[in-house]
Amino acid sequence: MTENVVVARGLRKAYGDLTVLDGVDLDVGRGEVLALLGPNGAGKTTTVRILSTLLRPDGGTASVAGHDVVHEPGAVRAAISLTGQYAAVDELLTGEENLRLMARLAHLPRTSIRARVAELLTLFDLEDAARRVVKTYSGGMRRRLDLAAGLLARPQVVFLDEPTTGLDPRSRNGLWDVIRGVVADGATVLLTTQYLEEADRLAGTVAVIDHGRVIARGTPAELKQTVGSAHVELAVAGGGVERIATDGSVPDVRRILADVERRGIAVDRWAVRTPTLDDVFLELTGSAPDTPAVGQTRDSAPDADVDPSPVLVTTREPR
Amino acid sequence: MTATTLTTGPRATAPVPAAARPGVGDTFALVGRSLRHSTRQLDTVLISVLLPVMLLLMFVYVFGGAIDSTGRYVDFVVPGIILLTSGYGAAGTAVDVATDATGGIVDRFRSMPIRPTGVLTGHVAASLAKNAISTALVIGVALLVGFRGDASAGAWVAALGLVALWVLALTWVAVAIGLVASGPEAASGFTFAILFLPYVSSAFVAPATMPAVLETIAGYNPVTPVTDTVRGLLLGMPVSTGTWVAALAWCVGILVVGRAAAALLFRRAT
Ligand SMILES: Nc1ncnc2c1ncn2[C@@H]1O[C@H](COP(=O)(O)OP(=O)(O)OP(=O)(O)O)[C@@H](O)[C@H]1O
Ligand SMILES: [Mg+2]
Repeated sequence: MTENVVVARGLRKAYGDLTVLDGVDLDVGRGEVLALLGPNGAGKTTTVRILSTLLRPDGGTASVAGHDVVHEPGAVRAAISLTGQYAAVDELLTGEENLRLMARLAHLPRTSIRARVAELLTLFDLEDAARRVVKTYSGGMRRRLDLAAGLLARPQVVFLDEPTTGLDPRSRNGLWDVIRGVVADGATVLLTTQYLEEADRLAGTVAVIDHGRVIARGTPAELKQTVGSAHVELAVAGGGVERIATDGSVPDVRRILADVERRGIAVDRWAVRTPTLDDVFLELTGSAPDTPAVGQTRDSAPDADVDPSPVLVTTREPR
Repeated sequence: MTATTLTTGPRATAPVPAAARPGVGDTFALVGRSLRHSTRQLDTVLISVLLPVMLLLMFVYVFGGAIDSTGRYVDFVVPGIILLTSGYGAAGTAVDVATDATGGIVDRFRSMPIRPTGVLTGHVAASLAKNAISTALVIGVALLVGFRGDASAGAWVAALGLVALWVLALTWVAVAIGLVASGPEAASGFTFAILFLPYVSSAFVAPATMPAVLETIAGYNPVTPVTDTVRGLLLGMPVSTGTWVAALAWCVGILVVGRAAAALLFRRAT
């Protein structure tokens, strides 16, 4: 079923002379995860703020859960939750008090608040800190509390603006699991990210946004196809990198390596590389995303076993 | 993070369920939040309560003799101190509002199905509650140091009602200041205007004893008619119609302007 829960058509927004959104179109189907991927300043946060009724667009229309974001903000707010780019928690309250307050404001039934708050504190690993004032929390703890607050009321549509920024790899993986759970429960998720791996792991659809326009859209696999097929990459002794196209199968790779050996080429390292969203991103936006993000997600992801690409030996391409 | 399921319970679906509409429960929750803030910032609250008490003692025992040698200066100054207390109580609200406005939490509130200005109402209600406590404390100390306080119950109610209205008006101005300010520190700085007002008014000395310029300023200072009305009521002296009408008009005027400015700034700032 492809009923669209989030629909945006030609969204425009400018601050003075600076055009921030230049006609953004988006569709997110019910139960889908859409990752809005883009470099700094691309307009991700602006898009999310318009969709969550915090900002009026200068032009274009958007509806969320069937309600127009400009004309029926109340109905939209009742259907969504927003976890913004910067933690929106009350520093003077404890973690538990924060969640209680948000639960009350989200109009959860009074009788279920206690249990629900306890559930989320557990889910986000915050039980031990629950009775401490948030002022004493670390950045990651604050972020987790922020995310917990966003998921309290089981919203139909969940907006997450760079949800894993500032989380350690374990928390990040935990959050990915939580998001998958939320989606399994039927929610629709629109998240923004600069972490390509995150889009790859979580999102059914990726929309690449740059300079206020959606410049590409598709499944991660579709996007990767646009930048070519898998290849064997050889770091030739004495410098230089050579790429040879492959279908990634064992016989084909063996054939290529045998060929290399027969030709007497000395190779330092080799790897089978499938195109990544990195490549897509580079190709489309002409710039690398934040390098720390790439380094972090590539190097330190502890659950490499779920990596879908048929890579035999992983080496990182020098940039 | 441990489990992966969040799958229990019903999900809100369109059309909007009744529980999703704004209600008074939201405001109660937000008032509770602001009051809880006070308990987490006891130092700030203590200062806003203890400072007026210290000033009361100082005016009565240090300056009192010099200002009024009849020995009844305490009766004269207590109404002024009560209004000074209101200023301190209201000023704190500017800082609270600025803290909210510069953090991300207002965005979260605004994306929820609640009345957007509920967060401001919460701060204002909490300010009234805090002021009620500090005013009670100041009056208690005043009675201990010899304030007459033998006005009729009706006069007390009228006087305290006017003080409450004054607090409400000042608090909304403080909210507007909190929204204009670039941050809590700036907000705290701006509130000096509120705190300074009583000094150039009839709160501590009769304006007639001031230099001509200051006397004129005091005459136009809203604190003057409010103090005069409260003083008249509490000391059983006649209050001219002009005075109490001016006091009420100032309170209502400041309240309306402060509230409108706050609402406008809140919409613009967010
Ligand atoms: N209130 C504002 N006034 C002026 N310019 C703004 C305002 N808000 C955003 N911008 C500009 O709009 C552009 C897009 O901002 P936005 O926050 O949507 O980017 P983003 O994609 O979320 O970036 P990031 O990855 O850094 O979070 C930026 O150039 C930013 O400077
Ligand atoms: Mg952003």
